[in-house]
Amino acid sequence: MRTLFGGQAVNEALALAMEMDPRVFLAGEGVGVSIHDNPMGPTHGLLERFGPRRVRDTPVSEAAIAGLGVGAATLGLLPVVEIMFFPFVTLASDMLINHAAKFRYLSGGRTPVPLTVRVKAGVGFQAGCHHSHNLEAWMAHAPGLKLVFGSNPADMKGLLLSAIFDPDPVMVVEELGLYRARGVVPEGDVRVPLGKAAVAREGSDVTVAAYGGAVRTALEAAESLAEEGVSLEVLDLRTLVPLDRGAVLASVSRTGRFVMVHDATRFCGYGAEVAALVAEEAFSELKAPVRRVAAPDAPVPFAPTQERFYKPGAADVVAAVRSLM
Amino acid sequence: MGTASSHRRLEILRSMILVRAFEDRLTEMSRQGDCLPGMQILSTGQEAAVAAVRVLREEDVLVTNHRSHAHLLARGADARGLMAEIMGKATGVNQGKSGTLHLIVPEVNALMTSTVVGAGPPMAAGAAFAQQYRGEESITAVFFGDGAAAEGSVHEAMNLAAVWKLPLLFVCENNRWAGAQPLEVHFAGESLAARAASYGMVAETVDGNDADAVYEAAARLAGGTRRGDGPAFLELLTYRMHGHSESDHQRYVDPEELRLWARRDPIETYVTRLTEEAVCTGPQGEAMQREAAEIVADAVAYAEASPHPLPEAALDHVWSRDSRQGGNAPTSPHSREVSASPGA
Repeated sequence: MRTLFGGQAVNEALALAMEMDPRVFLAGEGVGVSIHDNPMGPTHGLLERFGPRRVRDTPVSEAAIAGLGVGAATLGLLPVVEIMFFPFVTLASDMLINHAAKFRYLSGGRTPVPLTVRVKAGVGFQAGCHHSHNLEAWMAHAPGLKLVFGSNPADMKGLLLSAIFDPDPVMVVEELGLYRARGVVPEGDVRVPLGKAAVAREGSDVTVAAYGGAVRTALEAAESLAEEGVSLEVLDLRTLVPLDRGAVLASVSRTGRFVMVHDATRFCGYGAEVAALVAEEAFSELKAPVRRVAAPDAPVPFAPTQERFYKPGAADVVAAVRSLM
Repeated sequence: MGTASSHRRLEILRSMILVRAFEDRLTEMSRQGDCLPGMQILSTGQEAAVAAVRVLREEDVLVTNHRSHAHLLARGADARGLMAEIMGKATGVNQGKSGTLHLIVPEVNALMTSTVVGAGPPMAAGAAFAQQYRGEESITAVFFGDGAAAEGSVHEAMNLAAVWKLPLLFVCENNRWAGAQPLEVHFAGESLAARAASYGMVAETVDGNDADAVYEAAARLAGGTRRGDGPAFLELLTYRMHGHSESDHQRYVDPEELRLWARRDPIETYVTRLTEEAVCTGPQGEAMQREAAEIVADAVAYAEASPHPLPEAALDHVWSRDSRQGGNAPTSPHSREVSASPGA
């Protein structure tokens, strides 16, 4: 089986989409010529391969980058624009929340916006809170905008391909740490359907749902708890909007316990929505309260000791699970 | 002037008269209490801007804003569909989802209308990019006001358009008001056109109440951008004769200033000129007024007779496949329903 780094998997999806469909183009700050000359980078080599017509380096203008995507998508192209880091999405948010997400609705179904927005996310790369701030709950709160957050190279590729060819706007969140993580990646146009969660590890005692880099945290916890005879089912949500409610409820109906893990802050975090779903729809199946494992409600700190303290780890998941048993 | 130009000028006048009749009726209805839901934002006094719309070809894209009736009617949007939308009826161009504020009319290539001030230009840059990418000869025109010109998004769009030489015509209707703030309170430069020129594009300022001047400048600038010269910027010096919306009673406006601008009414000015130059006869002008009144009366009757949308249809059109399940909409990851042509 062939393995790739996450960044290479993203790169392969972008190249494949561009090969398959002339409507696909890339735009963003340094998607062509990058300050990071990294062969494992997600857009490395694409300018050389597809040329400057289709791989467009832009001015440092997030509103214009997102607006470019909305306008070009509305006219029938399939733009893939990049907002470099998640906190910079605030600069593009009018275009994404008020326009990409709402045009189909506002127009009575007449203006589709098949836009893909790639954004790098994560905690733990010592850049501080203007580069690290997972804002997926903000985006999930805008009806009309789909949202995916892969946890491994194969899904990063497959979700991105689905996003590019989806008729709705999709934000694709890429966990920065996964660019340098290896995984088996199928060759060719193998897509991961939007709206479908995956069972990352089967188990019977507790359902632990996560997405992005937090899936690895959950899997580490599952490994360590297995030694104590506690069996975790790790559910990788993969798509946050639309949420695969059926997969969450089916798993909880088997285990009777639910823990949500994410690297974003707790208050009004994405986990609150999933916890509410379980409480509303599976209350009678629960043997214990739902638990959330999330970052504390503070900006991401810089100092490495503080950042390690801040990011939810496997020990936090283990503690949450133990409190339910 | 030749017959072609006479015909063109008469069509511009016809358009201006229709816009005025359409919006005067909205003013009248909004004073009658519960006739119209929501707010009404009119272009009264700014109708000469339609001359810039008349420069566009069928395949060109129009991006407009909350003050859109003049642009859309001049572009050929159906008055019935607009009026029904303004009244929130099921037969409206957007099935009641938009109302007057974000009228989207794909059949006239007005695909992206935004009420967020300053949001039009970045999206218009995207539309112009798509036209350039596909090697089309078409252009995009985006209309916005002096208030919007203070938004960062407008500046990002001007810069990007200039750097990439996009086929984009910026039309700034400088009506001297941003809400209740006069130009002097929100702008300190020489002119909005001068500011645009600093981005590296051709920029002109013209009398925005003179339909001929607007047409000639717009045609010149659109021609250049269509030839590949890159974006252009047209500033129309005009005046907002009504308040920001019909519920704004303009207590902050000097009545003398209003009287001054009333004497420069773009429609009266144009009728007088075309009559003097024997382009338009008295009976022709009267016929245009009559025809406009008929179109508006028909549109109002149509809209009033139209059904309200079903309350539960509020949940339609959020996603590509209609779903009443909110964020849990079913999706089709392999769908390729996107059309390659504009106006899809």
